[in-house]
Amino acid sequence: MKRNVCLFCMVLCCLLSGCETNNRAAVLNVYNWGEYIDTDLIKQFEQQTGIDVVYNTFDSNENLYSRIQTTSYDVIIPSDYAISRFIKEGMLRPLNYENIPNMAYIDAQYTHLAFDSEQKYSVPYTWGVVGIVYNSKYVDEADIGSWDLLWNPKYKNRTAMFNNSRDALGLALMYLGYSQNTTDRDALRQAADLIKAGKPIYQGIWMDQILEKLPSEEIVAAPYYNGDAVTMIDENDDLRFYVPQEGTNLFVDAMCIPKNAKNVEGAEKFINFLCSTEAAMANWEYVGYSSPHTGVYEQLDAEIQQDPLYFPDVSTFKTEVFQSLPEETNQYYNDLWVDILT
Amino acid sequence: MKKSFAYPYGVWMVIFILAPILLVGVYAFTSGDGHFTLHNFTYLPGYLPVFGRSFWLALISTAVCLLLGYPMAYIMSQLSASRQSLCMMLIMLPMWMNFLLRTYAWMSILENNGFLNQFFRQIGLISFLQTQFAYPLDYIPLINTSGAVVLGMVYNFLPFMVLPIYTVLIKLDSKLIEAAQDLGAPTHLVFRRVIFPLSLPGVISGITMVFVPSVSTFVISQMLGSGKYLLVGDLIDLQFMGGAYNPHLGSAIALVMMLLIFLCMWVMNKFDDGTSEQGGLML
Repeated sequence: MKRNVCLFCMVLCCLLSGCETNNRAAVLNVYNWGEYIDTDLIKQFEQQTGIDVVYNTFDSNENLYSRIQTTSYDVIIPSDYAISRFIKEGMLRPLNYENIPNMAYIDAQYTHLAFDSEQKYSVPYTWGVVGIVYNSKYVDEADIGSWDLLWNPKYKNRTAMFNNSRDALGLALMYLGYSQNTTDRDALRQAADLIKAGKPIYQGIWMDQILEKLPSEEIVAAPYYNGDAVTMIDENDDLRFYVPQEGTNLFVDAMCIPKNAKNVEGAEKFINFLCSTEAAMANWEYVGYSSPHTGVYEQLDAEIQQDPLYFPDVSTFKTEVFQSLPEETNQYYNDLWVDILT
Repeated sequence: MKKSFAYPYGVWMVIFILAPILLVGVYAFTSGDGHFTLHNFTYLPGYLPVFGRSFWLALISTAVCLLLGYPMAYIMSQLSASRQSLCMMLIMLPMWMNFLLRTYAWMSILENNGFLNQFFRQIGLISFLQTQFAYPLDYIPLINTSGAVVLGMVYNFLPFMVLPIYTVLIKLDSKLIEAAQDLGAPTHLVFRRVIFPLSLPGVISGITMVFVPSVSTFVISQMLGSGKYLLVGDLIDLQFMGGAYNPHLGSAIALVMMLLIFLCMWVMNKFDDGTSEQGGLML
């Protein structure tokens, strides 16, 4: 009987590891946010190089963090604060820019930011800001301009809040005039109390649902990223976007190669390919998030270049980039978040 | 020889049921650096309201499922064989669709500008309420309420109540019922003294099969309940997928949850003692 069990285990092992035995050099594992690339580009890259791209998606930086502990990917595209956490924990490989000549196209405004101050590990892919999307049919012009729209009792039950502790507390901290990277417990407590006080005003505390509920007019105002605001405004042209006067979060998502990557050469080729002007242009058109690529920006009409929705002018308001927080602050965020939702 | 057919199942159990439970146990009692600790459990008293809300909502939806499911199962068991299989089909049909999709559908039915509210507007119900009773809103709040969460649970888990009860009822010996009637028992007494006690095993497994998924559900509260209040399922999800990434705390919560559910089941089975000869669907 024992032999049968052994046999079964062996079969199982073979099944589980089957993918590993493929020709390694020809496979490239890419892990990216959902809906965050023009998929034709992957086909183009495969045709050009003969490399097979295995493309997978994640829906949060935290999700990505837990996945790459155990799985090997060649290219990942996390956000700023996640990148700084990965760098701190030694999970990324320094890039060899000789193999990524297209890095020259990336606007210096989005490089050497706090999360990777020496720009050793990451190539910016997109950037954006958090702002408020509102419906001009229902919201008075006089009420916009500040984050306080989300707490305005006039719109009781018709606004929403982010369902993600970092973004939600981050905007509350900004509104209160604190740094978004503060570790001060009192400041964080105040921000949490502010959100808790807003619960009767919010219809819900959501993430993706906001993408549906704003265009369908279930709610009239909610915070969101400018890249997704583009998509929502396409669906309902009464929607508008603004960056609150108190300032906001500037985020950069960038391409990185993890330490345990198996196909580094292919990864560099892929990153370089996505930084070519044609690919970056196709991606910009598809994804809608602002591109850090100078070639893309220059090709666009002045109207789009100056549109705060597509390319918010970050010199006109205060911005802050998320940095990775110490362990105990992360835990405190979690405690506050549970407290808010209890 | 026959016994050896069970081995693959045994291996399956070990890999996908036993090992994960053991892992949850190990994680619950360790800290990030791998040392033994009880620290994770010190958070739990603070989560009492979350546990309370989850159990309360699960209790309500189990009760509603029982009230709806029992008559349904009873009526089904009285139908002709072909009708029975048609009913069975109708109960199973929605389960072929993805759970998330079905819940999404409820979202667009219940929304303030959703299907139901538009219908109420069309038939003039809302303007009637507004003019006659000075009703302040132009919709009836359906979504983002506890009621919507219960509805979502009842809708998704009702088949798990109907099927075990139905299975017991069709196996009921009709002679027993006839005997009771012959001895002069009126219909309600036949039901109370004969049919219901005999169907108890089915009722108990039905309650188990609805209560357990209800109490640990997540996503439903996100989609139908506004996301402003956590349920235990959401709380556990938050520890693994949220910003803190604390699988140790998540495991501790999951472990306590598991123990509480076992406790509930144990109490339930006390009721069942002695009567269960043909015990419906076993869990």
